[in-house]
Amino acid sequence: MDTEVRIRGVIILIVLVVAGYYAIPTYHAYKPGNNPKLVDKKVNLGLDLQGGMYLDIEVQVDDAVDEVARRAAQELEDAFIDNQVEYIHIESKGSQVEIEFEAGSSLDLEEEPYSRLVVQFDQNIEKDFTRLTVKAEEIKRIRTSSVDQALEVLRNRIDALGVAEPSLQRQGENNILIQLPGLTDREKAIKLIGTQAVLEFYLVNENATKNNYNQLTSVVKYEENWDKITQKVATRIPFVLDKKVVLTGEFIRDARVRFDQNDNQPYVSLSFDSMGADRFGRITEKNKGKRLAIVLDDKVQSAPVIREAILGGEASISGNFTLDEANDLALVLRSGSLPAGIVIREEQTVGASLGEDSIKQSLISLLIGGLSVFFFMMFYYRVSGSFASLALLLNLILIIAILAGFESTLTLPGMAGIVLTLGMAVDANVLIFERIREEMKRNGMPRAAVREGFSKAFLTIVDSNVTTLFAALALLQFGTGPVKGFAVTLSVGILSSMFTSIVVTRFLFDIVYLNRRKLEKISI
Amino acid sequence: MSDALGTGSVVSVLGFAFWEANVVGFGEATCLKSEVGFTLPVLKPTALFISNIYTTYEIMQIIKDDCNFDFLGKRKIAAVISALMILVGMVSIALHRGLNFGIDFRGGTNVQIRFEKQVNLDDLRKVFATREDSGEMSLQTFGVPEDNEVLLILPVDSKLAKDGQLKENLTELLKDKYPQMELRRVATIGPKVGEELKLNAVRAIFIALGLVLVYISFRFQWKFGVGTIVALIHDVCIVVGVFSMLDKEFTLTIVAALLTVVGYSLNDTIVVFDRIRENQGKYRKKGLEEIINLSTNETLSRTILTSGTTLLVVVCLFFLGGEIIHDFSFAMLVGIGVGTYSSIYIASPVLLLLNQKNPATPVKEEA
Repeated sequence: MDTEVRIRGVIILIVLVVAGYYAIPTYHAYKPGNNPKLVDKKVNLGLDLQGGMYLDIEVQVDDAVDEVARRAAQELEDAFIDNQVEYIHIESKGSQVEIEFEAGSSLDLEEEPYSRLVVQFDQNIEKDFTRLTVKAEEIKRIRTSSVDQALEVLRNRIDALGVAEPSLQRQGENNILIQLPGLTDREKAIKLIGTQAVLEFYLVNENATKNNYNQLTSVVKYEENWDKITQKVATRIPFVLDKKVVLTGEFIRDARVRFDQNDNQPYVSLSFDSMGADRFGRITEKNKGKRLAIVLDDKVQSAPVIREAILGGEASISGNFTLDEANDLALVLRSGSLPAGIVIREEQTVGASLGEDSIKQSLISLLIGGLSVFFFMMFYYRVSGSFASLALLLNLILIIAILAGFESTLTLPGMAGIVLTLGMAVDANVLIFERIREEMKRNGMPRAAVREGFSKAFLTIVDSNVTTLFAALALLQFGTGPVKGFAVTLSVGILSSMFTSIVVTRFLFDIVYLNRRKLEKISI
Repeated sequence: MSDALGTGSVVSVLGFAFWEANVVGFGEATCLKSEVGFTLPVLKPTALFISNIYTTYEIMQIIKDDCNFDFLGKRKIAAVISALMILVGMVSIALHRGLNFGIDFRGGTNVQIRFEKQVNLDDLRKVFATREDSGEMSLQTFGVPEDNEVLLILPVDSKLAKDGQLKENLTELLKDKYPQMELRRVATIGPKVGEELKLNAVRAIFIALGLVLVYISFRFQWKFGVGTIVALIHDVCIVVGVFSMLDKEFTLTIVAALLTVVGYSLNDTIVVFDRIRENQGKYRKKGLEEIINLSTNETLSRTILTSGTTLLVVVCLFFLGGEIIHDFSFAMLVGIGVGTYSSIYIASPVLLLLNQKNPATPVKEEA
């Protein structure tokens, strides 16, 4: 009996020391005046407590597949023109490319020189129609790689937001979870993340008008002028453009903000890589006098006249930018365009002031709730109750230690979970003490009563806690975000309370009453 | 109409609570020990407990030892009242055409706005009406009046929230009349996500109930399991019904509260069932009804105290925890209260009923 008690005592002491070791850094980390980021193993504050933005976005991977088809159709068309192939039309429809040849002119595209262009496709020839469908494994590959690409692009863009510890995580097949703690400018974040930034250069067709143009060879895009005062689109200027894209943003090496020498207006200066510079040189050489439309995400940014051949591989985009707008544009161009559009599935943004208030409120409820239970136990069960209250204190430290040890994230519902656990932790003690009282009434032997009380109540306590754990585990599986935080603290709290309410309380009973030779009554 | 329903239901919930109190014997009834009782003034205990802890050996008790209230005798009335409460809840849900689902399930945007001073909601609505693309939106006060906060709820396709222009749009709209406004929190849920969350929430509830059924049937016996599940379903229905009657928003955190109530309400039931099982072994000659009553009486103080201590902290959360978890604490309050009641008046009667129908297999003690 003595050794058992001693072993228990040692175990409890070890737990206490280890718990203290893990819990204390958290206390230090969040003391006002200290920098929490310097502390490694601590409880992390959720975004709803420290302020910041959480985004769950979905990459539109199907669009990326369609884009591959569209690109292939363009390249094939260029090749046809170069090789003087007689075709009626070629267009991309979804993930397919449909080609209609002149009667008798159909080609097997898997032959040179087209084989390189159709590597990703399955070819299906029907009389004069050829259909190219993106191969199934290619579809899978494109989908996966577009999410990876998007991750990279977004990482670069987010770096510019000035958030201390941003996090981007892939989730599932097509989703990305983004966390931006401490972010203050929500609108900027959404713009940077949501802009696909597809940059395309087109030649303007001056001879056609919006209502009279050849649908096969031209396309209409608009320049929208934003009125900053009314916050609405003021004018929409249509441009008829030659359908064929002459240059895209993938050839851009760098994009910087420069200031116009004459009026000091900011503009974005682009530098192309060697291939791009080459192409750009050829286009400007061939099309002097024509206008070159610079189209960003399907909207015409500007359409300057090509005065001379530009061989240096530099171009500029100007358009009434504020410095912020120019910087943002340069950033998204530098980071590359997103392979597909982004849809925001979920956003949670909490301001820092609300986060602070939430922390304050939950700490107060923790304090008052905890103290109420603490004193109630002492009042109702007296000395034994004070054992339970001490165990409760240890329980709290243990919970914090476990959360800190796993570097878990504490959310507002998570705090509620801790408060709840304190109320539930004493339930085990109530069961034990009531049983002890009953046993004492029955046969009046305190030591035996204590023993019986603990053993008979044990299974009931296990049953109760296991069932509450079931609920917490179901929540853990199916909950998201803050609710998951609640499930975590509830589970941790229940498990640690099983240790403190049973083992620690028993130990306290043992050491206080153990050495008394004749024990007549105990304070319960 | 819904106002009347709301007040009527709040009154009936309170009346029900009072009824429960009387049934269990609070106030001047039979089981309460007069010295301690709930009439003890708050300041007295401070002196009392210090002296109590170390000097007197007088046990503090709320419920007398020889309490022998006939719980099962009142079970028919209890069944009627429960059925009534569930019915009122269902009617309310039908009238409201479903629950008041928050953006978690419907999709949309919640914007928590703080103003410099108190704002008249009607004035605010007029300001929003001046902009044609405001579209559908709803405004309600958020939190206590001193906070001067308003919750703006926008539907999924709202033009105000499109393209991250929310702050610009709102600032432009409100800057004349309400120059100092602060966006404390913005939450947006896309339409697809709402459907997913709904599905997940329902799955979670079913899985929790399923696990409980299996576990209880394994630890006790299937009759106990059925009794437990009926009590739990009863609890969930009543909490959901109350939320509908009071037109409170039903969000994912409320589902979390429901699941916690499911897990927790079980504790009382287990305490009673454990005692029933023990007494069956002890008093082999007594009938099940008598044993149930005896067991319930014996564990009464346990049941009340465990629920009491948990309610203590939940009340703290309710009053001090802030607006965001306010509805969650409310759901817990109702849930724990109803859960305690259902342990006594639903779980055990169902057990009795099942046993009466199959007397050939008497409820036996598990190994």
